[in-house]
Amino acid sequence: MWHRLSNPFLRLNQRQGSLTSKGFKAVRAHRLHTGSAELTYSCYDGLYPGHIQTTSFQKALLAVGSGVAALQNPYRHDMVAVLGETTGHLALLNLRDRMRNDPEGYTILTERPRIRLSTLDLENMASLPDGSFGREYLRFLEDNKVTPDSRAEVKFVDNEELAYIMLRYREVHDLLHTLLGMPTNMLGEVAVKWFEAAQTGLPMCALGAVLGPLRLNSSRLESLFTSLGPWALQNGRRARCVLCIFYERRWEQSLEDLRQELNIEPPPVILRASNKRNT
Amino acid sequence: MAASLRLLVRRLARLSHRSITSAAANVSWRSGCCLCPSSSRCLSDAAEDRSTHFGFETVSEAEKAKRVYKVFENVAQKYDIMNDAMSLGVHRLWKDMLLHAMHPQPGARLLDVAGGTGDISFRFLDYVYYQQERQKRRATGSSQSLSWQDISDKYPDEDRPQESRAVVCDINKEMLKVGKQRAESMGIISGVSWVVGDAEELPFDDDQFDIYTIAFGIRNVTHINQALQEAFRVLKPGGRFMCLEFSKVTNPILASLYDAYSFQVIPVLGEVIAGDWKSYQYLVESIRKFPDQEEFKGMIEDAGFCCVQYFNFTGGVVALHSGFKL
Repeated sequence: MWHRLSNPFLRLNQRQGSLTSKGFKAVRAHRLHTGSAELTYSCYDGLYPGHIQTTSFQKALLAVGSGVAALQNPYRHDMVAVLGETTGHLALLNLRDRMRNDPEGYTILTERPRIRLSTLDLENMASLPDGSFGREYLRFLEDNKVTPDSRAEVKFVDNEELAYIMLRYREVHDLLHTLLGMPTNMLGEVAVKWFEAAQTGLPMCALGAVLGPLRLNSSRLESLFTSLGPWALQNGRRARCVLCIFYERRWEQSLEDLRQELNIEPPPVILRASNKRNT
Repeated sequence: MAASLRLLVRRLARLSHRSITSAAANVSWRSGCCLCPSSSRCLSDAAEDRSTHFGFETVSEAEKAKRVYKVFENVAQKYDIMNDAMSLGVHRLWKDMLLHAMHPQPGARLLDVAGGTGDISFRFLDYVYYQQERQKRRATGSSQSLSWQDISDKYPDEDRPQESRAVVCDINKEMLKVGKQRAESMGIISGVSWVVGDAEELPFDDDQFDIYTIAFGIRNVTHINQALQEAFRVLKPGGRFMCLEFSKVTNPILASLYDAYSFQVIPVLGEVIAGDWKSYQYLVESIRKFPDQEEFKGMIEDAGFCCVQYFNFTGGVVALHSGFKL
C-alpha cells in the first residue's frame, strides 16, 4: 500500500527530473555547438525566460512560505511577488478577459510594452511641462528614490500571457502611485494596495490590504480608515481597468486629464514623500 | 616545491601522451584510413568537449566548475540557515558523528576541504580543546600527593600548548568570507587558517596533514578521482581520509519520502529563505548523480587508501567514508 502511495511522488519527481533535463539538454546542446561559455541561468526550460515549473503542492508551499516571509519582512519584495504569482491565477484570468475586451488593453497584449529605464526617454520626459503625466511620474521616481527596474521577474505563472499580465501589473504599480498621488511610505503603499485589491482582485493585494495596516501607528490608521481607505476602495471599484492603459503613449497628457479619463478622483489628503522607513 | 614539480611532470606526461595520440590519429586520417573524424576530437581531450553532469543537466567540464562556483557564491550568506531549515537541524548531528568517529587528539593537523563556512573545523577545535582539558585534569589529578614545588613543575606548559591546527580550504571566496565572519563572532582567533584552493589541485606540500575531511563537498568536484589522489598526497603516512556525503537510501519507503521531500520541498525552501530556487534544485539533483556507497568506496580504494569503510547515517541519507594512508 505504501508503495502504491509513493509511486505518484516518484513519477512526479522523475517527470520533473526528465522535464528539466530534456529542456536543458536542448538548450545545452545548442550552447555546446556555438561554443559559448556563458554562465548565467539564462537558459530556461519553461515557457518564458525565468519560468520555473512547479507542481500544485509546491505552489501551495510557496504561497504559505512567501506569505510568512513577507509578513516578517515587508521589504522582501521578491516574497510579495512570489505570493502574488502563486495565488493569483483566477484574478489573472479575469484581468486577461478585461484586457482582451478593451481595445487599448488588447493592443497592450499584442505589443507587450515594457517599462524600464532603458525604454523610457528620461530627457524628453524631464522637459515636459509640470502637471503632465510624464513629468509627475519622473518627479515621483526622484522624490521617493525608486527605479522602474527593481521589479522581480515572474517565475511561477504557468502561462506565458498571464505571466506578461503579472509583469505589467508590477510595472504599472509605480504609475499607480503617481496617478493616486501616494508616496512609497507604508501608508501610501497600503492605500495603493486597497485600490489594487478593489481593481484587480489579486489575493496578494487583498492580503496586503488587510495585513498592511497592522504596521501603521494610530494616527495613520485613523487617516486610512476615515479618508484614504474609503477613497481608495471606491475609486478602485469604479475606475477603468488600469492595466488597459498604454501609458507609454500618454506621457504628454495632463495628469488631471488622465485621472478624469480613468474615473479616479484626486486624493483627499496630500501625503508627503518622507523617509521610507517611517510608519 | 616537490608537489608543484610532481604536478608539472604529470602535466607534461599528459601533454605528451595527448600529442602522441593526436599525431597518431592525424597520421591515420591522412593515410586515408576510415577512422571516424570525431575520434581525433575525442582524443584531443579538451575540457570544453568532454561533458559531465550538473545536476540532471549535461554540461562541459569547464562550465561545471564555473556554475558550481556561481551556486555557492549565491547561497553563501544563507548557507547555514538553509542547512538548518532543510535538514531540520540534523546536519549538526551528522557533523558531530563525524567528529566522534575522527576522535582527534591534541596536536593533530586537520585539512578541511570544501570547508566553506567552517562547521567541521570549529567542531574540531572544540573537540581537541576538550580533549586537552581532560588530559590536563588527569595529569594534575595523578599528582595530588606531591609537594607544591613538584606539582608546579609537572604542570603542563601553559604558554606552549600542543598546537592543533585546522586549515579550511575552499575554492569559493564567498564561503570562506562567511566562515571568517563566523569565527570572529565566535571569538576564535587562533588555530584556524583560511586558504583558497581547488580540491583537485591542493596548494599544499606532500605529507602535511593528519586528517583530511571533506563534508558535503566532494559531489561538487568535477573530477572526484583527482580530488581523492590529492587527498592521498597531502596526508601523512598513517593519516586518515574522511568524507561525509549524501548517499543512496536503501529502504524504498524512506527513499521515496526522501525523494519527494528533496524535489518538492527543498527548492521551495531555497526560494523562500534564500531567494534562489535554481541553486537548491542543482543541489538536490547533484545528490542523485553521486555514486553510491560501494562505488565510492571502490574509488577511494583506487586512490590508494587502505581499510576503507563506510557508515550510513539516517538510513543512508548520509554516508561517512573513511580510509587510511599507510
